[in-house]
Amino acid sequence: MSGHENFEYPGLNLGSAHPDTHDAAKTTVFGFWVFLMSDAILFGLVFSTYVASVHATAGGPGPRDLYDIRSAFVETLLLLASSFTFGMASLAMKYKHSTARLVGWLLATLLLGACFLGLETHDFLSMIAKGGTPERSGFLSAFFDLVPLHGLHVTGGCIWLVCLLGQLARYGLDSRTKLGILRLALFWHFLDIVWIAIFSVVYLAGLA
Amino acid sequence: MSAWAIVQHPLGRLSMHSLPFYDMLQNPTTKHLVNGSIAGFAASLVVLGAIVVVGLITRYRGWRTLWCDWLTSTDHKKIGIMYVVIAFVMLARALIEAMLMRAQQAWGLGGGFLSPDHFAQLFSTHGTIMIFFMAMPFLTGLINFVMPLQIGARDVSVPVLNSVSLMLTAAGAMLVMVSLVLGEFSTGGWFGYPPYTEIAYNPGVGPDYWIWSLSLAGLGSTLTGINFAVTIYKERAPGMKLMRMPLFTWAALCISILMIFAMPPLTLATAQLALDRYLGFHYFTNGFGGNMMHFVNLFWLFGHPEVYILIIPAFGVYSEVFSTYSGKALYGYRSMVLAIMSIAILSFTVWLHHFFTMGQDADINAVFGIASMLIGIPTGVKIYNWMWTMFRGRVRITTPMVYALGFIVLFVLGGMSGILLANPSIDYQVHNTVFLVAHFHNVAVPGVLFGMLAGYHFWFPKAFGFRLDERWGIFSALCWTLGFMLAFFPLYALGIMGLPRRSAAYAQPAYVPLEMVAFAGALLIGVALAALVVQLWVSVRHRGENRVPAGDPWDGRSLEWSVSAPPPEYNFPCLPVVNDRDAFTAAKEYGTAYREPGEYADIVLPRNSATGPLLGASGFGIAFGLVWHIWWLAILCALLAAAAMVVRGFARGLTRTIPAAEVRRQHQGWLAVVRASVPVTRADERAPANQGLANPAVLRETS
Repeated sequence: MSGHENFEYPGLNLGSAHPDTHDAAKTTVFGFWVFLMSDAILFGLVFSTYVASVHATAGGPGPRDLYDIRSAFVETLLLLASSFTFGMASLAMKYKHSTARLVGWLLATLLLGACFLGLETHDFLSMIAKGGTPERSGFLSAFFDLVPLHGLHVTGGCIWLVCLLGQLARYGLDSRTKLGILRLALFWHFLDIVWIAIFSVVYLAGLA
Repeated sequence: MSAWAIVQHPLGRLSMHSLPFYDMLQNPTTKHLVNGSIAGFAASLVVLGAIVVVGLITRYRGWRTLWCDWLTSTDHKKIGIMYVVIAFVMLARALIEAMLMRAQQAWGLGGGFLSPDHFAQLFSTHGTIMIFFMAMPFLTGLINFVMPLQIGARDVSVPVLNSVSLMLTAAGAMLVMVSLVLGEFSTGGWFGYPPYTEIAYNPGVGPDYWIWSLSLAGLGSTLTGINFAVTIYKERAPGMKLMRMPLFTWAALCISILMIFAMPPLTLATAQLALDRYLGFHYFTNGFGGNMMHFVNLFWLFGHPEVYILIIPAFGVYSEVFSTYSGKALYGYRSMVLAIMSIAILSFTVWLHHFFTMGQDADINAVFGIASMLIGIPTGVKIYNWMWTMFRGRVRITTPMVYALGFIVLFVLGGMSGILLANPSIDYQVHNTVFLVAHFHNVAVPGVLFGMLAGYHFWFPKAFGFRLDERWGIFSALCWTLGFMLAFFPLYALGIMGLPRRSAAYAQPAYVPLEMVAFAGALLIGVALAALVVQLWVSVRHRGENRVPAGDPWDGRSLEWSVSAPPPEYNFPCLPVVNDRDAFTAAKEYGTAYREPGEYADIVLPRNSATGPLLGASGFGIAFGLVWHIWWLAILCALLAAAAMVVRGFARGLTRTIPAAEVRRQHQGWLAVVRASVPVTRADERAPANQGLANPAVLRETS
């Protein structure tokens, strides 16, 4: 396992221990990276809509009335931890540890992701209970565009993870499953970065 | 929405009122009769057309062929052809609408024969179709067919995704066609500005049709952009460095990048408008903190790069056409590449010129005005390069050249009026008049459409193995050119005289003569389209005399001409090695063309996949259900789409192998045809003698 292997595609490179996947990943993972860049534009636009609308509360509740920084902080920790566990899953795959270890880390990631989603849903419901519904103002519309869009992405990621676990069970760690895990890893870390921006721009800046 | 509501209204808002002739029967005044008859006639054309197509397929037992060889195909060439078919069907519809609009305005003094609402639907569908369902599928189709061949690849990087993109675009186009039969389309123009398109002012299905058809097409284009960019970055043949790529491939790369970055704003704008309309959000509403300027910014943040997504592939086609039909390498290749790439970057810096008059201060307008004028520089570079390419070349006036020459003259004029409009103080005078309509048609028709048609004539023999009839082709091209001039030059004058765009009627008799001229131009363009149909008919009938099996009818310069016409499904028996720009010309000069590879290898190709058609069908179902509030249908189709993706994830064994012996048999068969063909000089290019082998192509003994 030399540390000087050519870096062929974005994210963790599987290297020469997985020749077939490594070859196919050059195109597939690069393509997925390009998709993520398009998705990043989407998030950038949603962020700018939010920033441009943050004062458009139309007499309704604003950030200080609605946000719960402690809950958002716990969500941040959950998501960062899930990125770490996914990283461990990727390493388990790269260095060919037992599939059980890979599955274990993936399950931990799934669990953390699900906890994140549960807590986030709880946040939304408590905002709505306080009168912070998306129909109330331009500000709330923009909030419910940005944060749930990230949540939807995480939901999609969780479903994808379940499907990959299914493929692992059905086919074992074949090349196509490996490619799926590589791409989902990129997706997962990407969402982590987006969440850090959400935590800073929405929650920290909103309550500062 | 309760379960009971679904039982009570299983078809949502769909009812007898949704049929186009319902109003006419309920309230038979002259105006209702005229409008109802036109709408009813159009609807029956759609329905009849569908019935005829289904009938013909059944009669000739074509369902299996259609499904196995076309709809589920992942072959980039077939997908490209299907895109172009969609483009032509939609072109026919949108052109008929344009003729109706010109007729309405020609008789518009004091009223005309169409209701304002009907007229508004016409200009909305005309614009939406021409951009999203004519130009976009056309250029996507051409790139799909040509680009992988030009870079020496077997297919695009993700063939199944390519099929998904096609089917999503087809679903969007189908939704627009269905709006002719059920309900009405938006009256908000192709850019559908809120708050007019908000639920408060437009509670009907029109804006919903617009939103969902654009969403489907936009999603398809995003995926296409990703697929093309990855293909060009990763699938080039050995030696095909970036600066050796043909200009058309450069154009494809350029617009792929634009699609990747410019489609998300459209997706977001339509999604937010949908949330406003369906769930009562306040992005663009009046009051409650909504701000319609967000929509305007988002839409044009997409919309301006979009116009370059449309024009740059046409620039690519013209580059191929000028150099091929002048028998010369493209002049100023490097500056051409720099020019399109700078246009791509500048295209993101000018979106505000679409709304100079909407309230920002003069300094901001000035910045965007100057940025807009800057685009004239790289465009000018290109025009000069094309002219220098022809200079002292062996120029042949073929159909694509007629389009290309018309383009040079007319596009410069259109560009000039664009420079005028880029000046905010002039824009204030003529904005929202038909001067603007004249300007963007002046760049869109001779620029985009002529380019696409030139590409269609240029690559048709490659796709189908026989040339298109030249006489009808040139006749049609001349009709397009003259018709365009008659139809749109008067609009410059009318715009300066103050005629607002999208006027269903006017009260100024001075407009009438120019309107009549414009109507005559529209009729001539109708003749041009008819001539294209006749040309196809004549060419198919006489295809025996026009076959070019050797594959190189125009003495082509890039790799797509180095294979048979039509090309084998794997494109190249073995991947070419590129040492030069204009790779095939170099091969012909050095005598390395038409050689047998040292050894043949098995070729692995993707299997057919039903994923594309399934996602397209469920995308259509979701959109249709959302338009008509048939919630169960939308949910069912969403589940179906999700299931299709999950199943695809679990699929294995997705490739098939063509054995080396079969590749050898096919390739040797073709080489025998090449050897039996008589090379023609450029003077005989359009004669039946042209079997697709160019003189002086040097034929060497195969080892």
